[in-house]
Parts: sequence; C-alpha cells; structure tokens
Amino acid sequence: MAKDVKPRVKVPKSAAAGEAITIKTLISHNMESGQRKDKEGNAIPRSIINRFTCDFNGENVIDVAMEPAISTNPYFEFEALVPEAGEFKFTWYDDDGSVYEESKMIAIG
Amino acid sequence: MKKLTSALLASVIASTPLWADPVDDTLILNEEITMVTRTAAPAHMADVVDEVMSGWLFRGTETRAMQADDFDNPGMIFVEQAEEAWNTAEGSEGKSCSSCHNDPASMAGVRPVYPKFNEKAGEVRTLEMQVNDCRENQMGAEPWKYSGGDMVNMTALLASVSRGMPVNVAIDGPAQSTWEAGKELYYTRTGQLELACASCHEANYGMMIRADHLSQGQINGFPTYRLKNTKLNSAHSRFKGCIRDTRAETFKEGSPEFIALELYVASRGNGLSVEGPSIRN
Amino acid sequence: MELTRRNAIVMGAGALFVAGLPLRVSAAGEDAIAAFTGGAEIGAGDIKLTAPEIAENGNTVPIEVSSDTAAEIMVLALGNPTPGVAKFKFGKLAAARHASTRIRLAGTQDVVAIAKLDDGSFVQASATVKVTIGGCGG
Repeated sequence: MAKDVKPRVKVPKSAAAGEAITIKTLISHNMESGQRKDKEGNAIPRSIINRFTCDFNGENVIDVAMEPAISTNPYFEFEALVPEAGEFKFTWYDDDGSVYEESKMIAIG
Repeated sequence: MKKLTSALLASVIASTPLWADPVDDTLILNEEITMVTRTAAPAHMADVVDEVMSGWLFRGTETRAMQADDFDNPGMIFVEQAEEAWNTAEGSEGKSCSSCHNDPASMAGVRPVYPKFNEKAGEVRTLEMQVNDCRENQMGAEPWKYSGGDMVNMTALLASVSRGMPVNVAIDGPAQSTWEAGKELYYTRTGQLELACASCHEANYGMMIRADHLSQGQINGFPTYRLKNTKLNSAHSRFKGCIRDTRAETFKEGSPEFIALELYVASRGNGLSVEGPSIRN
Repeated sequence: MELTRRNAIVMGAGALFVAGLPLRVSAAGEDAIAAFTGGAEIGAGDIKLTAPEIAENGNTVPIEVSSDTAAEIMVLALGNPTPGVAKFKFGKLAAARHASTRIRLAGTQDVVAIAKLDDGSFVQASATVKVTIGGCGG
C-alpha cells in the first residue's frame, strides 16, 4: 500500500430529486510516473493510481482510466444526477493492487 | 570574473524590460473570508517600499483560483492529516495536542505572531521550535524533523486556522536584536551571484525571472503547497533553496540565521493576511 | 524506438494530419488514437477542451473537457514521453459529459481531447499549452 494515501471528497449534503450536483475528489498520492531517476541513475518504477470510479446506489457515474500524466494528488471534478437519496461510492485503484475507498451519503430535500 | 558576472546579470535584468504588474484581484477564501493581499508597507520599511503584496498576486489565474477554495487547495488534505495527528496521543505522557489545546480552531491568533520571543526559553522561537518544545517537554514525544512531513502538515494546520488574520510579529523589545540580525542577512550580498534577498525581492519584484513572476518574497502564505514539488514547503526550506540557487552557501533549517531571517521576512509582511497553506509555483 | 522529443518531432513531421487539424502526432500518440477510434475518421464538433495558455508549472496544469453527447473522452499530451493522460467514461448517472482534472506536461505542447459521441462518431479539440521554466526555485 502506498504511503499516506488519503481520499477526500466534496458532495453536497442534500439535493432535489433529479438534480445535477458537482462532485470534487482529491486523493493524496505520489503518482510516481516512472520517468524519474534515482541518485544512481536508475529509473524509479512507475507506481500510480490507474483508475477512479464513482457509483451511486450501484449505478456508475464516471469511470476514469488514469495514466502517469495525471498530477500528484489526483483531482477530479464532475457532475452527477441524484435521482433519489442514497450513497456515493468512490474507488481508486493503485498499480500495487491497493484499493482506496470513500463514500458519502446524500439526502433528498 | 565575479564583477563580470554581476555586471552581466545587472545588464540582463536591466535590458530585459519584462515587468508585469501584480494582478488586480481579490482573494476571497471559500466565498467567506476576504484576505488582505496588499496593504501599506509597515513603518520599518516604508522608506524603501510603499506597498507590501502577497505572493498570491504574482501567480497565474489558475493557481490563484486553486487557493480560493479549501477543496481545490491540495494543501488542505495535509491539514486534514495534521488534524488526525492533533488528536492522536503520543509520547510518554500519553497526551495529544488536543489534551492541552482543545481543538485546532482555538489556536487562531498563534501563527500571525510567530516567530516570537519566548520569555522562559530566552530566545526567539519559530512555530516549528515551539511545536517540538511541546512535543518533547509536555508530551514526552520525539521531536519532529524541522521540515519533515509531520511538522509541515502541523504548521499548515496552525496557519489555516489563522487565515484572514493580519501578520503581526514583534520587532522590538527582546526580539529586536534577532530582528536586526535578520535584516542584515536580508540585505547582504552572498555567493557567486552576489545577490542579497533584497536584490530580487525588493529591487526587482514584478520583473520576470525567466518565465517566473518575481514576488516580494513574503512568507504570509507559508507553509506553501508548491506546484513545483507538489507538497507543502516550510519557509526555511524555501530560504535554503533560494540561497542555494543564488550559488551561495546556505544555512540549515532551524539555524539561528534562518530564525532571524524568518522573523525579519515575516515582519516585512506585517498587515498582510495569513494565507497558509497557500499555493505557489 | 525510443520516444525522445526529437524523435517525436521527426516522426511528427511525416505523421498523420488528423481531419484537417495539423497536429504533429507521435507514433505512440497515433497508436493511442487508433486504439480508441478503431481507425474511424475524426471530425470537429461536440467537444471542448479548456487548458491554460501558459501553465504556471508543468507539474500541475488544470484542464477541463466537456461535451453534450460524448460517451467517452480521451485526453492525450502529444509532447509527453508517453502521450496518454486519461480516459473519461460517463455512466448512466453522469449529469453532464464534463470533467476537470490536473495533469503533468513535460514541456510546451499540444493537448488533445478526442470524444466518442453517443452516435458512434468521433470528434476532437486541441489546445497548445506553453509550459514555462521558472527562475530561482529552491
């Protein structure tokens, strides 16, 4: 598991049924690109988060395939429909096999 | 050779008429707190500079926008990590920061007056030194590395709860001799390029240094999240790098020289709002 | 063949001109595009790419892609050692075919967004981003 990986998401607490909301996500991750070299001149191997997904009540909102060109501490902003109350699930997949998750509830009102 | 280099440098700076006004923009944090990013220069330097300006005004549009929202600001995720550390007991006394200091919000007003003279210790202290003092003597915990991740996250947390408050370090009384030592460092030319802090940050702020927009070198935004290394940076770390890049022998983080320099540089920003963690290049 | 910037430029000089937009595309970039489009023609239209004209620092460049009917949007940085940046696939509950992120650019270059629209067609937009070198850095 990469060090100190911490997700952070911003989701409104409530929305009208059928409303579109803006979601922002950030996760602290080095995103080692594989391009850097260490002091001896050897390439530091790539180790990034390669995929991010957001689902709501089991239905997909967005699915992002990520390459090393995504900056350190990957940030995404996107929009989701809220048909009913429920739970947003955010998942980040690391090259090393780790999976980081975060979830946020949203009410209708 | 030295004369030639500095003459060359002077002529390059003089002949490259690349001046860009700092932007005319207002920093409103989270749509709530209006920050003071420019104000009349403090009395002690009013003879050399009219107005002091935050580094925020010298950055590009997208960088400025990133700082205006606590979610967009990647520095804040490290503040959150520090909040966890704040509440975690450590050391022989089984205490956490919160055991004595309650919640981080109650620390508002601390950052703006640091570095400051500590009566009991009989020395000027930076925030990092005070944190370690608490850790060692109150918590019985190991001190943190001066610019290590743990420390810089914590100073970011402490700065964040004081955002919007004006920097207000004392330069007289018991702090005066340290302040004057810092001032002398600020104006002393050193190294192969024979540059003093003032050479760039007082005499040439606003100019383009290659493609970078030279600021006044204020530290009201520290610790800062630098886009260049995508992490939080302390003031001493930045001093070290700047001095190294002017090809001078640099001092150590936490050294008496840097403590004095930090006090002096902080005082040049008295009146500007604390912005840490800010976002800079 | 090592994809150095020099090689990319040399290849780019004789490379595909994609649908009238004269981009210099490297072999790796061509491969990525071909894999995404299956060789279909790429037009202009329902895809917008927002990127700064001058990036303050190549490490963290904010970009935004948006479209009305894109099912999937691929972003490439044609001047990077490897051109792939990200592929956004919009699900049923995406309120808008739109996403923002921050990317790394190795130097001044063209950034390209290619969208696969709901009707199966492909469109693209590009932006030239100048990546600057700082002064004193520390």
